Amino acid sequence: MLKRLVNLLLPLCGVGLALLVWWGASRAVPDLPSPARTWEESKIYILEPMAKRGEMDQGIVRLAYYSLLRVARGFLLGIAIATPLGFLLGVSSTLTRMFDPIMQVLRPISPLAWLPLGLVLFQKSEPAALFAIAVCSMWPTVINTMVGVRAIPQDYWNVAKVLRLSKFTTFTRIIVPATLPYMFTGYRLSLGIAWLVIVASEMLTGTPGVGGFLWQEYNSLVYAHILLAIITIGVVGFALDRLMGMAEAKLRAA
Amino acid sequence: MPFIEVAGVAKSFPAKRGRRHVLQNVSLSVERGEFVAIVGAMGSGKSTLLSLLAGLTSPDVGTIQIDGRPVNGIRPDAAFVFQNYSLLPWLTALENVRLAVGSAFPELSREQQRERAQRTLEKVGLGNAIGRRPRQLSGGMRQRVAIARALATDPQVMFLDEPLGALDALTRESLQGELARLCGEGDGRVTTVMITNSVEEAILLSDRIVPILPGPPATLGTSIAVPLPRPRSATMLAHDDAAALVRTDVIATLTAALSGTSRTRKAAAALRRHDAETSELTIPVAEEAR
Repeated sequence: MLKRLVNLLLPLCGVGLALLVWWGASRAVPDLPSPARTWEESKIYILEPMAKRGEMDQGIVRLAYYSLLRVARGFLLGIAIATPLGFLLGVSSTLTRMFDPIMQVLRPISPLAWLPLGLVLFQKSEPAALFAIAVCSMWPTVINTMVGVRAIPQDYWNVAKVLRLSKFTTFTRIIVPATLPYMFTGYRLSLGIAWLVIVASEMLTGTPGVGGFLWQEYNSLVYAHILLAIITIGVVGFALDRLMGMAEAKLRAA
Repeated sequence: MPFIEVAGVAKSFPAKRGRRHVLQNVSLSVERGEFVAIVGAMGSGKSTLLSLLAGLTSPDVGTIQIDGRPVNGIRPDAAFVFQNYSLLPWLTALENVRLAVGSAFPELSREQQRERAQRTLEKVGLGNAIGRRPRQLSGGMRQRVAIARALATDPQVMFLDEPLGALDALTRESLQGELARLCGEGDGRVTTVMITNSVEEAILLSDRIVPILPGPPATLGTSIAVPLPRPRSATMLAHDDAAALVRTDVIATLTAALSGTSRTRKAAAALRRHDAETSELTIPVAEEAR
């Protein structure tokens, strides 16, 4: 009982301390709104979370929803490419040797670098954003799936061999189930990256969403809203990671 | 003409320096319906020999024929039981067996495949555990599923790779009897080659014991017939004179081979010590003495 109370209180103390630091910083930097002022200026966005007053002037949940939708599309596109690619690289060492250098070079490229290329390729901001999200977020899935396939114990390959399973059956009954936990770890990491990329891509393309909102409010000098957007991004990202973590844990237990 | 015919087979693997010769000059014939046990120490090349027979690997020299045809890949009418069960953990016992049935009899409907799998699982005494996953089964039960998976495909020939090696002594004992019953039943007995390091197990199950003499490269010793009536049981064999004779013969052959090579003298000593302690003989690994 006491332990549970302490477990609840300790994180709250942490939050309190962070607010204190924030408050202190706001005293030192005049442009930085204090926690109280941030709340005062932002509460309309939180208390009317679904309101739509203008293109960017919308409730925070509605803005987050736009961003999430964009992330979901980019992420799904990314893993739709990454998963089969991971399987291919996992089963074929020839392909791995062929594509590994390219992969290693493409992997560390920032979303800010991909976005202009997307704009050149697709002319419009929405597909360019999806392109940037997909290209940036796919790598953990590619790599984890590949590693998962390679980590399949020899025993299972032997089963496939001695039961003379067809290629298709081997894939559906052995390779996929054996790789699934790795794949999901990849998905979780990929989703995390996709969420990171969304802010950058919305900032550059100026589309409505949490990132777009953040950039616009910076330009309109409403600094309290920047902090609102930052906190929202953090909370949503955390929730996404938790959800994927739960799905992953369920999968491992099954 | 024997069902399985191995002639002058040798097998080596690439090693750090040159090649490691595992088997040399191996010849063996197995009649149709015969149960042959290949007995030897761990690391003596038993598994390599079984892989060769099964078509998982091919020999450097020599020929292997089964049913008049040279072995080239895995035969559709062969079945395997591995030491470590090799069940798929994400499938139930029933689905594990059905997967094998489906591969052997693709013409059957899913339902028929499932029925067949269930019948076989009932035969090995797992009728009420068919819906469980391997993780929910004990080691002995898992190996029963693996045995059912092998039997369900109506194989012409079975390869057993230390089928009871991973089990504790008591489970091993009870499953030995079960395996003896399953392998010995019916008129058309399945031709079976088993490798094991347990002489008792070999006596209990087989018609003929072939000692594998450690090398490297290992060779096969003269085979020793097991002229005992079936069904056999472990308790019966413990006091049977004929069984004692076979036991002495096999142990003598293996021990002679061990002490014959200087590099394995240590192992031979360990073997004698071990022999004095337990009635069941498990041959220790021959140590590398460089």
